Amino acid sequence: MIKSLVEMKSGDKGVIHEIKGGAYAQKNFDDLGIRVNKHITKISGMFMRGPVTIKIDNTKIAIGFGMASKVFVTLSE
Amino acid sequence: MRILLAGNPNVGKSVVFSRLTGAKVFISNFPGTTVSYAKGYMHYQGKTVEVIDLPGTYSLSSSAKDEQVTRDILSSLSEDDIVINVVDATNLERNLNFTFQLFEIGVPLVVALNMWDETKHKGIYIDAPQLESLLNVPVIPTSALRGEGIFTLINKIPEAGTIHIPPRSIHERWGNVGDIISKIQTIKQKDHTFFERLDELSLKPLTGIPIALIVIFVIFLIVRFIGESLIGYVFDPFFSEIYKPLLLPIHNYLSDYNILHTIFIGNLVEGSINFEQSFGILTTGLYVPFAMVLPYVFSFYLMLGILEDVGYLPRLSVLGDNFMHKLGLHGQSIISMILGLGCAVPGMLAARPLKSKRERFIALTLIAIAIPCASQSAMIFGLVGKFGGQYVMIVYGTLAVVWIFTGYILHKIMPGMSPELLMEIPPYRAPMPAMVLKKVGMRITSFLKEAIPYMLAGILLINILYSLGIIEFLGNLMSPIITNLMGLPQDSVSAFIMGFLRKDIAIGILSPMGLTAEQLTIASTVLTIYFPCIAAFAIMVKELGFKDMLKAAGIMLFLAIFVGTAMNLIL
Repeated sequence: MIKSLVEMKSGDKGVIHEIKGGAYAQKNFDDLGIRVNKHITKISGMFMRGPVTIKIDNTKIAIGFGMASKVFVTLSE
Repeated sequence: MRILLAGNPNVGKSVVFSRLTGAKVFISNFPGTTVSYAKGYMHYQGKTVEVIDLPGTYSLSSSAKDEQVTRDILSSLSEDDIVINVVDATNLERNLNFTFQLFEIGVPLVVALNMWDETKHKGIYIDAPQLESLLNVPVIPTSALRGEGIFTLINKIPEAGTIHIPPRSIHERWGNVGDIISKIQTIKQKDHTFFERLDELSLKPLTGIPIALIVIFVIFLIVRFIGESLIGYVFDPFFSEIYKPLLLPIHNYLSDYNILHTIFIGNLVEGSINFEQSFGILTTGLYVPFAMVLPYVFSFYLMLGILEDVGYLPRLSVLGDNFMHKLGLHGQSIISMILGLGCAVPGMLAARPLKSKRERFIALTLIAIAIPCASQSAMIFGLVGKFGGQYVMIVYGTLAVVWIFTGYILHKIMPGMSPELLMEIPPYRAPMPAMVLKKVGMRITSFLKEAIPYMLAGILLINILYSLGIIEFLGNLMSPIITNLMGLPQDSVSAFIMGFLRKDIAIGILSPMGLTAEQLTIASTVLTIYFPCIAAFAIMVKELGFKDMLKAAGIMLFLAIFVGTAMNLIL
């Protein structure tokens, strides 16, 4: 199943399937190592369209709601 | 020859720098502590060599101001310069991506595989010798915080290798990095450590927000407790028991020379020296910065240092991101605001990683207007604290309203939108007492260097202006605003004039005037809002340019008059 980072629940794991958005957003994600085929775990999501926190390799990264909604993840069972 | 330290943010470049040079630089556990490069010197092969600590960058093609600095310097190296690429061994893949970008611009390189000690706890095993042979440049495991591996690093500098590879696409580069990682790194899943559990709790809203409120409240209590204890048990007794008797001979000697007595000792209150009110260079001029401001500066920076090194501040950025969007900013700017509670200058510099000029303008203006620095807080407590906590609350409450209101309006009227938060959150680390104390020492030194000269010059100047009648003249000129709108006495104009230099000076100016609690509440609020001190102004010109600084100053002036008048009507 494919969900955006925003739709995922805290604790869900998966592999990044697609990153939408313009070149600028893509580059900002890429700088932080967020790219297609990477394994991630969602740690938390703040309510009222707040940022999403994910764990990728050994780093935690906070992503604003709008940007997080552009990252789609294939959930692992 | 120069040695340059480059790498991703928060990998420990500044720690390596201070190990190499012994120079004092700020080190904290959050990305973006170093926003402009620092220079130091080390002895190397019998020569004195310049070492440069560059701000951390994720890539060499970014638009943020702090990253431009790094790119400009790295692309203009001289023949014999050497780059030490500091790499976070616990996050090797992303860090090697930057190493490859350095290969692409062809700089001579040594790789410091830093945070080596942390890899074991995290179940990460890296074959460093094989990494060295794959990269073809020296790779040295280091744990810079503990000082391990630094000697080897220095010894390997002569072996620095230049790899020239043609620029490649993002995909090719990640491919190269991935090949290497698969050969040299194995990761064993480890159970959650205590810090990791705590971390998840502090990032989830239902637990994170209460934790944040408790942390802030406890820190506030500790800052007050340490500050008050230092004043009550150390500084006050020192001034009244030890320093005052030393002043008496000078006081007696100078009483024949009226002007000199006024300048050095000041006016007597009920026949004796009153450190808070006498307003002489040797009395109030030293008492206010040392006995009223310094204790709070010390306790604030002590707690801030611990928070920074633990790595808590980025968690506040995540929790507060939502709210900051209403002010046209995002969560990262919370770090600027918190640093601004100490001093506006580092707070404003910490806004550099914000990507748009619009954000930087809003952040700097808000810091200048509504974030009271430690000196301003000491002024607020010094002026209205004795009348009771409710007046202190009124001042801070008003500032909070002004902060939100100004940010909201600026966000609505300025064209453009606020970019989103995208920020690495460092792991929690146990703070090292020696590091925290060193940082407190550096900050206090710079506070004293800044505070003492301005304080003494300001008191001298005010005494001269008074005797020349200039204060009276300005008071008459400004009285429509100060007296009619804000309900303050004409004389208080001198506090506003000297507020350009420093805010804490106003304690000495306003205390002897016998103002009511309400008047002092208005005065300290307006003094906080109307202009930052001269040092903060200089930073605003540098960061925003002259034109935008003038805009910000216009906003400040308007708000100061507006808020002062409104408070006068309400209180």
